[in-house]
Amino acid sequence: MGAHAESNKRIWIVLGILTVITAVEVGLGIAKPDSLHLNGFGTSWLNWIFIILTLAKAYYIAWAFMHLEGEKKWFRRSLVWTAVFLISYLLFIVLFEGGYLYETLAPLIKW
Amino acid sequence: MEADIAVNSDNKETWSGGGAKPFGASYGKMMMWFFILSDALTFSGFLAAYGLTRFKFIDSWPIADEVFTHVPFFHGNYPMYYVAFMTFVLIVSSVTMVLAVDAGHKMQQKKVALYMFVTIIFGLIFVGSQAWEWKTFIKGSYGAVKTSDNKILQFVKADAKGNFHQVSLASFVDGHRVDGREQHSKKNGLWFEGEKTISQYSVTQVQQAFKNDPSLQIRSEQINLDTKQKVILSRDKSEEQLEKASQVVEGANLHVNEYGNPIFADFFFFITGFHGFHVFSGIVLNIIIFFNVILGTYEKRGHYEMVEKVGLYWHFVDLVWVFVFTFFYLV
Repeated sequence: MGAHAESNKRIWIVLGILTVITAVEVGLGIAKPDSLHLNGFGTSWLNWIFIILTLAKAYYIAWAFMHLEGEKKWFRRSLVWTAVFLISYLLFIVLFEGGYLYETLAPLIKW
Repeated sequence: MEADIAVNSDNKETWSGGGAKPFGASYGKMMMWFFILSDALTFSGFLAAYGLTRFKFIDSWPIADEVFTHVPFFHGNYPMYYVAFMTFVLIVSSVTMVLAVDAGHKMQQKKVALYMFVTIIFGLIFVGSQAWEWKTFIKGSYGAVKTSDNKILQFVKADAKGNFHQVSLASFVDGHRVDGREQHSKKNGLWFEGEKTISQYSVTQVQQAFKNDPSLQIRSEQINLDTKQKVILSRDKSEEQLEKASQVVEGANLHVNEYGNPIFADFFFFITGFHGFHVFSGIVLNIIIFFNVILGTYEKRGHYEMVEKVGLYWHFVDLVWVFVFTFFYLV
């Protein structure tokens, strides 16, 4: 029973973390402070914050709720590494193409 | 036969790997994980396509928190509050699902049933909210005009401080449609042809009303990349652009979108729709498992692993939403 009480406590902590992260995201999304919104590296700092917080949320959902932390290490890796590798590759190639399309087509649009 | 295959097919357990548990995961659980992995890649494909299109139109993409500003039963401008609520509902439903799985490990039939039931309710609240979100988006909020070169023109007015606010067509166009154009229906036209809802006002009516009210200006789709705001046209430029108007647009569908580029609406319908369909199937699965729990199926079986498996799917739906929320509403 002791272990179960522990795992229940962890669930509530994770709920708290996910709620706080969502609240922070929404708060920043509404406030959009200029210093974060209009400056950045590649994309705005604000976007970086959103992406990192999203990955943090994804980590907690997959590890705590979907219980990846309790699975065998190489089973977990067969899932996570596959997804991370393929998605990074896809995003890299597709987003660069999007930027190229903009550079090529935008000069042709008359506003 | 037995010599040809690795596992004896006379055994009823064969389809589940003959009871083998590689990595300590049962066949069902492992296959659920691999399905989730493939589904995750599908969703990444959609979101990546959204990303490509957005980069392609980076200087004219609709600004999401100007699009999703409605909350049911409240009037006014509340960007993102409602989506945040939906996100929270889904996270809480994930928690109740975890509690159901946990109760299953302890073989507490009643608790599993209760938590499954709560999860189903939260799921229904989420799809209901999604439907409302769609309805609001389809209906639109202000109305706009599309030009012959496929650009959306929105109407704005400056307040005392010089900040521009969008105004609805109804706020400056008087009365009803005056060009005598009527909605084509089976009663007044060809019985075998219908027509999508026609706009409340005609193009000339809007152009006329715009001329009569000098305080109106036009906001174009174009984004000033330095300020990340939509460009407001001067009064002269506004009139010049409005001359090119070819259609009054109210709301959004797969062809036109009063908030800007129609492909934004296409992606919105497609991605949130595909996700909503996942939530819907998750609810159906949860209901099936809920009844199995009540009927005592898993008590007889001796374990509640099925609850764990649909639980994985349900958490996955939550996981996808976290990304949809970020890339559609925040970034």
